[in-house]
Amino acid sequence: MSKITLAKGLNAGLRKAMEDDPKVLVMGEDVGKLGGVFRITDGLQKDFGEDRVIDSPLAESGILGTAVGLAMRGYRPVCEIQFDGFVYPAYDQIVSQVAKIHFRSQGKVKMPIVIRIPFGGGIGAVEHHSESPEAQFAHTPGLKVVACSNPVDGYWMIQQAIKCDDPVVFLEPKRQYHADKAELDETRTLADADPLFSSRVVREGTDLTLLAYGPMVKTCLASAEAAAQDGQSIEVIDLRTLSPLDMGPVLASVRKTGRAVVTHEAHVNLGMGSEIAARITEECFYNLEAPVLRVGGFDTPYPPSRIEEEWLPDLDRVLDAVDRSLAY
Amino acid sequence: MSKLGDDATTATRTLRTMWQIRRFEEAVDDLFARGLMHGTMHLSIGQEASATGTCFALRDDDAITSTHRGHGHCIAKGADLERMMAELLAKETGYCRGRGGSMHIADVATGNLGANGIVAGGIPIAAGAGLAYQLQGLDRVVVSFFGDGAANEGAFHEAVNLAAIWKLPVIFLCENNKYGMSFSTEKSFAIENIADRAVGYGIPGVTVDGNDVEAVNEVVAAAVERARNGEGPTLVESVTYRWKGHSKSDKNLYRTKEEISEWRDRDPIIRFERSVVERGVLDQAAIDAVRAQATEDIRTAVRAANAAPDARPDDLLEAVFAPATA
Ligand SMILES: Cc1ncc(C[n+]2csc(CCOP(=O)(O)OP(=O)(O)O)c2C)c(N)n1
Ligand SMILES: [Mg+2]
Repeated sequence: MSKITLAKGLNAGLRKAMEDDPKVLVMGEDVGKLGGVFRITDGLQKDFGEDRVIDSPLAESGILGTAVGLAMRGYRPVCEIQFDGFVYPAYDQIVSQVAKIHFRSQGKVKMPIVIRIPFGGGIGAVEHHSESPEAQFAHTPGLKVVACSNPVDGYWMIQQAIKCDDPVVFLEPKRQYHADKAELDETRTLADADPLFSSRVVREGTDLTLLAYGPMVKTCLASAEAAAQDGQSIEVIDLRTLSPLDMGPVLASVRKTGRAVVTHEAHVNLGMGSEIAARITEECFYNLEAPVLRVGGFDTPYPPSRIEEEWLPDLDRVLDAVDRSLAY
Repeated sequence: MSKLGDDATTATRTLRTMWQIRRFEEAVDDLFARGLMHGTMHLSIGQEASATGTCFALRDDDAITSTHRGHGHCIAKGADLERMMAELLAKETGYCRGRGGSMHIADVATGNLGANGIVAGGIPIAAGAGLAYQLQGLDRVVVSFFGDGAANEGAFHEAVNLAAIWKLPVIFLCENNKYGMSFSTEKSFAIENIADRAVGYGIPGVTVDGNDVEAVNEVVAAAVERARNGEGPTLVESVTYRWKGHSKSDKNLYRTKEEISEWRDRDPIIRFERSVVERGVLDQAAIDAVRAQATEDIRTAVRAANAAPDARPDDLLEAVFAPATA
């Protein structure tokens, strides 16, 4: 057993995946000697060599495009995008090539590419450095999208994503990288871990279901804790997978509580919350005591760091939505 | 053609601008270190001659696009120091009401079409502004500043080609400071000079010592003249070096102390000072006075910016779109 941060969990997970399969390559800007801006690939180039941990010039489209070619020829590239807002030069490759090739070839060509994106805000950075672009990928058929929220999940989920034969957009809550530590039990194996495309109840409750992923899981757990002081019993679900959504645990929970609030840092308008609210409404209409509510960032570009605390959904905004739902 | 150091007035102006850039960035560095400034910043200390020599070849009504490392471009193009500092300190009096910060300063009035947090983001924008001038029959030009790293983004290639085939009045000003974050130009280019790329687009390419403010100015002035005459774009590679880390957190793992100190010895400001003293254009007393003046300029800017009201979160939503017209 060892105590690790999310950064360490991801680093160790990448290392394990590279040890297990020589076809796994890491590519990206500054991922080599520097170990990436957030040091997630720290030490990998030293141990696996420049042929397996490839420093790329500033060329996001080139990185993703070459990953497609590598995947076509049997490799499993793991591409690092330096910050969320820098994925757009690669967006064309991701949406027009990566996402479509399996369908286009009717399964003859697999696309086992992992696109790692540090996402979300709260680190005092600005526009382009704090964004939450998940819905733009989840909206695209052919891409799988997951978000880890804690060190242990980071360790297992990155390995599972690399093993997946489909392209996975892998979102990492950057403000959690060096924050909380958790116990990792290295004696467990990948087979013991929860499946990659599964959601998980992380706190049980009976009055309302709070849904979160990535950085908001911590906020929602704290909100549930605060609500408990007021005698409210809140269930919290870490969605973990955004495409495909794993609605089973969500629907079971809402059938029990009758109330749901979906949270994310991304803008509310057409964010993941919209899809989730629609599905809950379709499946649990007669169980609902209140409309499904959404809590998210405001519909503006990401604000400067001075203002970001006001912009990001926090405990107060979550609890406000909880109160509104319970008051119905 | 006369050089920036040929007469006392121009030499003083040049020197004062370079010192303002240096002092501005030292102040920014200090404010960050003391936790009084937030977000992130990229310092161009060591690259002052490149920004100054280039902008001094422009008219007031010419335009520039800048980068994440853009304080120098902004100052050299004539920005107000207090409003710049206010922007970095997230104040309502800043150029973008504190919403843009270090990486997104824009001062449209002085022709600064904006710094850019997206590497290479400004290059096609410069081509577009150049096209606008051309369509309007104006003899104005646009300089697009960008780094060596940016020259490997697709946007660079698309923009330079567009400008070349349409003969746009654009100067592509590549500040080659040897690194894109941790990645050296030796590793990221298979050619010796970035300016050699110009051949592939059918335009002139010039490599210049970016720490020689007069040389930069001469090369850019020639490119500007070409552009004004409708002869199209030029790719200028200004070879320089950033003394400080890439941004606020940088342990310089990718370069040696010796290399950094070698380049510090080639300080572009000291070099210009020596040159004008040797030529008898300014004496040491005059030079000391310019430096003191620039230091005072920045102190005043910091003081005023600090006293300004903080950026307010309340009307964020209002700026997303233009006021409704329909
Ligand atoms: C599209 C994009 N990719 C990556 C980044 C992150 N990033 C910011 S500056 C930088 C290095 C840029 O190098 P260069 O163009 O040489 O400019 P310099 O920093 O040396 O002035 C990187 C990788 C970014 N801002 N935008
Ligand atoms: Mg550079």
